[in-house]
Amino acid sequence: MLAWTIYLSFLGVVVLMCLPRENARSARWVALATALGGLVLAIGGFLAHKPGAQIITVARLPWVPSLGIEYHLATDGISIVLVLLTGLAAVTGILFSWNIEHRAKEFFAFYLALIGGVYGVFLSFDLFLLFVFYEIAIVPKYFLIAIWGSTRREYGAMKLALYSFVGSGMVLIGLIAAFIVAGGKTMNLIELAKFPFPPSFQNWAFPLVFVGFAILAGLWPFHTWAPTGHVAAPTAASMLLAGVVMKLGAYGALRVAMTLFPLGLAFWRHEIALLAVIGIVYGATVALVQRDFKFVIGYSSVSHMGFVLLGMMTLSQIGLSGAVLQMFSHGIIASLLFAVVGRMVYDRAHTRELSELQAMNLSKALPFASVTFVIASVASMGLPGFSGFVAELQVLIGAWQTFPALAILAGCGIIIGVAYTLRVILKAFFAEADTPLVELEHPLAPITTPERIGAILLMGTSLLVGLYPRILLDLIVPSLETPLMQTMWKGGVQ
Amino acid sequence: MTGDYFALLRLLAPEAIVALTALIVLGADLMRGGRQPLPLRMSAGAWITVIGCALAFFIPAPGAAASALATGVFTSNPLIHIAKQIILLLTAATAILSISGRFTNHAGEYFSLLLFSTLGMLFLVSADNLLMVFLALELTSLCLYVLTAFDKRSVASAEAALKYFLFGGVSAAFLLFGFSLIYGVTGEIQLTAIASSLQKSNGHDSLIMAALVMVAIGFGFKVAIAPFHLWAPDTYQGAPTPCAAFIASGSKVASFFILARLAFTALVPSAGNGEWARFTPGWMPVLALCAALSMILGNVAAIAQSSVKRLLAYSAIAHAGYMMLGVIAGGYTGKTAQAITPLLFYVSTYALTTLATFGVVMVVECDQGHDRLDSFAGLRSRSPLLALCMLIFLLSLAGIPPLAGFFGKFYLFTAIVGAAPNDLGLLWLVILAIAASAVSLYYYLQILKQIYVADSPTGTSELTVPASVTAMAVFSAVAILLLGCAPNILIDPFAAAVRLAGF
Repeated sequence: MLAWTIYLSFLGVVVLMCLPRENARSARWVALATALGGLVLAIGGFLAHKPGAQIITVARLPWVPSLGIEYHLATDGISIVLVLLTGLAAVTGILFSWNIEHRAKEFFAFYLALIGGVYGVFLSFDLFLLFVFYEIAIVPKYFLIAIWGSTRREYGAMKLALYSFVGSGMVLIGLIAAFIVAGGKTMNLIELAKFPFPPSFQNWAFPLVFVGFAILAGLWPFHTWAPTGHVAAPTAASMLLAGVVMKLGAYGALRVAMTLFPLGLAFWRHEIALLAVIGIVYGATVALVQRDFKFVIGYSSVSHMGFVLLGMMTLSQIGLSGAVLQMFSHGIIASLLFAVVGRMVYDRAHTRELSELQAMNLSKALPFASVTFVIASVASMGLPGFSGFVAELQVLIGAWQTFPALAILAGCGIIIGVAYTLRVILKAFFAEADTPLVELEHPLAPITTPERIGAILLMGTSLLVGLYPRILLDLIVPSLETPLMQTMWKGGVQ
Repeated sequence: MTGDYFALLRLLAPEAIVALTALIVLGADLMRGGRQPLPLRMSAGAWITVIGCALAFFIPAPGAAASALATGVFTSNPLIHIAKQIILLLTAATAILSISGRFTNHAGEYFSLLLFSTLGMLFLVSADNLLMVFLALELTSLCLYVLTAFDKRSVASAEAALKYFLFGGVSAAFLLFGFSLIYGVTGEIQLTAIASSLQKSNGHDSLIMAALVMVAIGFGFKVAIAPFHLWAPDTYQGAPTPCAAFIASGSKVASFFILARLAFTALVPSAGNGEWARFTPGWMPVLALCAALSMILGNVAAIAQSSVKRLLAYSAIAHAGYMMLGVIAGGYTGKTAQAITPLLFYVSTYALTTLATFGVVMVVECDQGHDRLDSFAGLRSRSPLLALCMLIFLLSLAGIPPLAGFFGKFYLFTAIVGAAPNDLGLLWLVILAIAASAVSLYYYLQILKQIYVADSPTGTSELTVPASVTAMAVFSAVAILLLGCAPNILIDPFAAAVRLAGF
């Protein structure tokens, strides 16, 4: 059934293309129906997934037998959690783009193509198939940003497309080399992970493939696409970028680079952990001085994704499960933050400059937006009771056991995170009276129902996971023991 | 040779049909065409061409006994048969594109020249000795020179043809000199005889090395690989668009095919070594360097182009670099079969894509009067279908899945790395190729940006697209998507033919 999340999305693209021109209403409903269908399938798969260290095959057919390529879709606890995240982000993204009128049909077609690619990556257990879906996601991102974006959209779009393409090029080199070294017989991820690649090979293949994926996860210093891309993107696209596309990178790094090359991982993990921590601190510090509201959230994404990468490098159960939980949690929270900034505030106030927003007294004008933003940002800075807290705490505990010094630095990153979050809440929504308030020429349009539904859906999810993290952890933790991950534990941990 | 002329005719049936069709087209236009309007004459010529190509296409492959009739001059096997079918398909597609062309009044001459150059290509892929290779190559080239100059009203067309002709003439001289040196050293002109003679002399005679460089120059010109590519941008830009499309597709398939045959059957003993830090003289390092240069230069120079046809020319240079990698991979003993299938897959899907792309460019150029990037502005609102096709073509050229271009690249790259699997000696070429294709995404997106992001200039209306071009574009787009998703459709028959051909 889960395979239908992919097919449904691409079917939605085809249906949208067949719709008559410039009929925004029907395009919206088709897109929403498709995304809801995907979400229902994802929830169904999630509820039906039994916790345990097994990989459940969804579909498996020979594809190109001469190269040992199979059409192999499967799930384990990690991928099912991320599929669920994709379903949520897809639906809420459409709810927050309900106001798109300009070329709506094409917008949703690109949007659903991106979603289909993302579902595909999370469900692929064949390396070639995974790569195919991974690259399918590149082109829709470019058009979503270049056509419907804002600030420097063509630059941001091209930068994102080229960064993604260079990253996937690095992955492709490593993938072809690994395929040949392992005998050129199979592309099956589980089979390949069993193959003992020679250490000298792993020492260069691991950083190549890992960084290739991690570019998309915002690994410092390859993160620069992220803030510009997020800022340039239309709301739904930045929600997807931060919400799921960055997770594609982290997921690929975990699923492919770390399982295939455990010795390379052991060799390089300190360096990568260092980069991750630099990303945490750097992202937070830069977010502290931004003048554009959306840039603050863009850099905060870099910072929070640093926790995912740090958690993966701890190679401990608590750190890794924290990393996966953080992927989910950040996906939800970042989507919500971008929704508030891009849709609720920018589409109404037509500015994102914090100094201008300061004068608008948004907490009075848009109470729902300000409440949502406060909730989302406290969740983001790690208030207990929300998903971010559990995830970052686990990562920090894991890091403390392996890299104490780095854990302290990452802790500093959290403190800076509190600082920039408070600063932006104060400036954007609760400006002090000493700045003269301008009277708005037109009252801001009230928050619409689709926005409310989307925001409540995301806040509810974050709260649910924060209060009862076992709903996800019970699936994630056993999945760290699947046959695929076995080699990583055996080879990676000394 | 036996005296059984009927069997010989049977062996040469595709060539005979194409030659006859060429004469029929010419005759029909001379006798009946005079008073008819040009569009009618063009479509009549095109359809006769298509029918001729279709007849030749469906001639079954000759059996092994028949293939041996003219050994030493002309040979055939299932693989060669497939190459011929690809060339015939491309000729038919070019003819269909030409229907709406308004660059000439000489419909009969145009189509007969097209068919004669196809005839040259058919002989080329079947040639079994160096002399035949040279003759067939010249037949093809001479027709293509004239086709390039066919737009008599355009100065650019004449200039393009002159450039093409001068470069072509010099390169033919190099090729002939190279061939004569090979003959001088080995005393043979038949391909397999050359190989066995080279085997005996260990294949590393310094004269042979000089000959290899000259042959590489000759073929490097034909396939437009750097540093022998200088004619390509001007020719692609100046030639009538269907002719440019044919040069970029049919001529490329035939030249690569015979280059690969020459390399794998005649020159294997002098392959040398193109692996990183292990270079030894032979054709492999020569081709490896040319390929590397082509991939870098083609992709970087394409960025700076504002004319779409020039851009496609530089992209063709880059693609010739990728294809050359397949030739290098096939030079390893025991790896030839693994290399030919991906090479053939890549070359044929590329040829189809580039031909169809030129078709779209032709329509836009007719409408706007030039082929600058901005002439594509807002194409998506002027002709959504054509815009979608162009999206598929360009992304396939860039190598984005699930399109044929991506699978072709992947398949080719695995073959190259797999040719020297122990220490991944050829990985450097693949790294270069992947890095270069990352650059290529930039300029393909520049065109797509015009099509999808930019708005059409005010005052432009819906684009009128000739039905022939629409049909071609849709067919190609569907084929590219299908071959990307289910590459086995081509791989299986190719691999079977390679096996039967004895590699």
